[in-house]
Amino acid sequence: MDAETTMSPAARMAREALATCAASPGVAKPDPILVADSVRRKFGGITAVDVDHLEVQRGSITALIGPNGAGKTTLFNLLTGFDSVDEGRWSFDGRSMGRAAPHRMAKLGMVRTFQLTKSLTKLSVIENMRLGATEQIGEKWWNGLIDARWRKQEAAITERAEELLERFKLSHMRDEYAGALSGGQRKLLEMARALMTNPILVMLDEPMAGVNPALKQSLNEHIRGLRDEGMTVLFVEHDMDMVHDISDWVVVMAEGRVIAEGTPDAISSNPAVIDAYLGAHQGRSLLEDQP
Amino acid sequence: MDWSLIFELSLKGLIGINAVYFAIAAIGLNVQFGYTGLLNFGQAGFMACGAYGLGMTAHYFEISFWWGIPLGILFSLLLGLLMGIPTLRLRADYLAIVTIAAAEIIRLVVRSVRFKHYFGGSDGINRFAQPFREVGADFGIDQTQLYGFGPFTFTGRELWTMIVGWSLVALIGYLVYKLMKSPWGRVLKAIREDEDAVRSLGKNVYSYKMQSLLLGGVIGTISGMIFALDRGSVQPDNYSRDVTFYILTALVLGGVAKVSGSIIGPMLFWLIFTFLDNFLRQVADKPIKIGNFTIMQSTQVGQVNFMLVGLTLILLMVYRPQGIFGNRQEMAFDGR
Repeated sequence: MDAETTMSPAARMAREALATCAASPGVAKPDPILVADSVRRKFGGITAVDVDHLEVQRGSITALIGPNGAGKTTLFNLLTGFDSVDEGRWSFDGRSMGRAAPHRMAKLGMVRTFQLTKSLTKLSVIENMRLGATEQIGEKWWNGLIDARWRKQEAAITERAEELLERFKLSHMRDEYAGALSGGQRKLLEMARALMTNPILVMLDEPMAGVNPALKQSLNEHIRGLRDEGMTVLFVEHDMDMVHDISDWVVVMAEGRVIAEGTPDAISSNPAVIDAYLGAHQGRSLLEDQP
Repeated sequence: MDWSLIFELSLKGLIGINAVYFAIAAIGLNVQFGYTGLLNFGQAGFMACGAYGLGMTAHYFEISFWWGIPLGILFSLLLGLLMGIPTLRLRADYLAIVTIAAAEIIRLVVRSVRFKHYFGGSDGINRFAQPFREVGADFGIDQTQLYGFGPFTFTGRELWTMIVGWSLVALIGYLVYKLMKSPWGRVLKAIREDEDAVRSLGKNVYSYKMQSLLLGGVIGTISGMIFALDRGSVQPDNYSRDVTFYILTALVLGGVAKVSGSIIGPMLFWLIFTFLDNFLRQVADKPIKIGNFTIMQSTQVGQVNFMLVGLTLILLMVYRPQGIFGNRQEMAFDGR
């Protein structure tokens, strides 16, 4: 896949800001939108997440990578309120968060997608999109009874939804049930629906899982588009090409800890990362260790 | 065999008061189960709230009968909160367990000797519906006179309850239809599909589930009131588990997640039920025997009828899981 040849102004800004940061775990960023401090979560005897300090730069695309079981999704769940921390705290957009319900996080502008796509299959595509809009008058039952109260807002929401569907090339599926979409289209729908909430931080959990290469290209474009519109993107991904391609900053987790941070180029040559992914003995025959 | 009697009674079942109170209860259950995916197996408990709300005005509180309406609604709101607060955060099946148990607890409490003073024990409460019938008389409907034509002949007492009942079916059905077309209804349907997705979009899922449970419960309460007004009495054993499951059967027959299904389902249910009941009763007038082996006698008609209702539900699940009016793409039992 081709790298970003011509950088957008937003991309250049993000890269320049991050260029000043040292490539070490827990490094401070010039303008963090998300700051996590000693966040820990245990499942029985296993410490799934044990992050001492992590900052995410505003307006950047930050990738969160690591081997399976590194605690990436658990960290996502903690930050979005879907799971609660055992200890630690974090702040989002200057607001300190202890235990926040997921719906409150979304209202503050942090929206997430899921590793296993959650499209509402028995609702039409456009209804899926409309659902995403926040602060809807008609979502109060006493207003719902009176059409006049919410019709106007509904029309505005529909218009915005249609624009987004157009952008994500889903317009032709507008009135189909979401269950009729292909796996890749569902990923797009989920992302488009998330944007209906007008987020400032978009958290994508494995956006490329199960997506064909052609669609990956356009997903890449969409994610870059989010940053160029001023949103911050934090995503979990296993596809290293994509990570290298679009991220401004990469955070590597292993066994619940942040083991490395840095620009994509710095990370791909970091021995700690290669270790975490391939094991300390990579490149050597297994027989060599035997007596 | 007297076919004309069988058909006459069956047709009366189609539009009779049983269909009315089933339809109202089914609309309520549909809000919870069909639209929101909440497994409420205790609709009979909500109905009992309404019936006892009316009954207790005369029996215990000794206040005007009309206070019974807000009182019954208050009871059902309390019941809904009591069941919802601990369980709505948990997985859907826990609500099913709690609701079925709560409805049984209510029935056992109101029929207990200990609380006879409040609820009238197993005899229930009688003779409180007079103010309601007087309103009918004010509209010129004579309580004892027969009205109607052909098979559709009812006494004035029945007719008045049916007029009020069907008006309520129309009103409640319309309101629920409006609500489900609104953004509020969209959130409920989305919760039925995937709670976490709705949560991630900034909706307070717990609050919406509670609203749905309470709305469906209040509608169930109104159904219980109509039932009590028709009988003119409240009997605890009229609100047992099987009532909930019959209503559920009727709802599934019509088609879930459709207002029309939740009205026509109960009508068809009672048409079929009355038909089978009367048909079997006439067939088994003399015990049916093969040789010395008795297959069925008249005392077993009730049980056989129940078996046939169960069979109907099974066949429906197999061949038409979306019900008669349901939309297979939107709502069908796919064994998730």
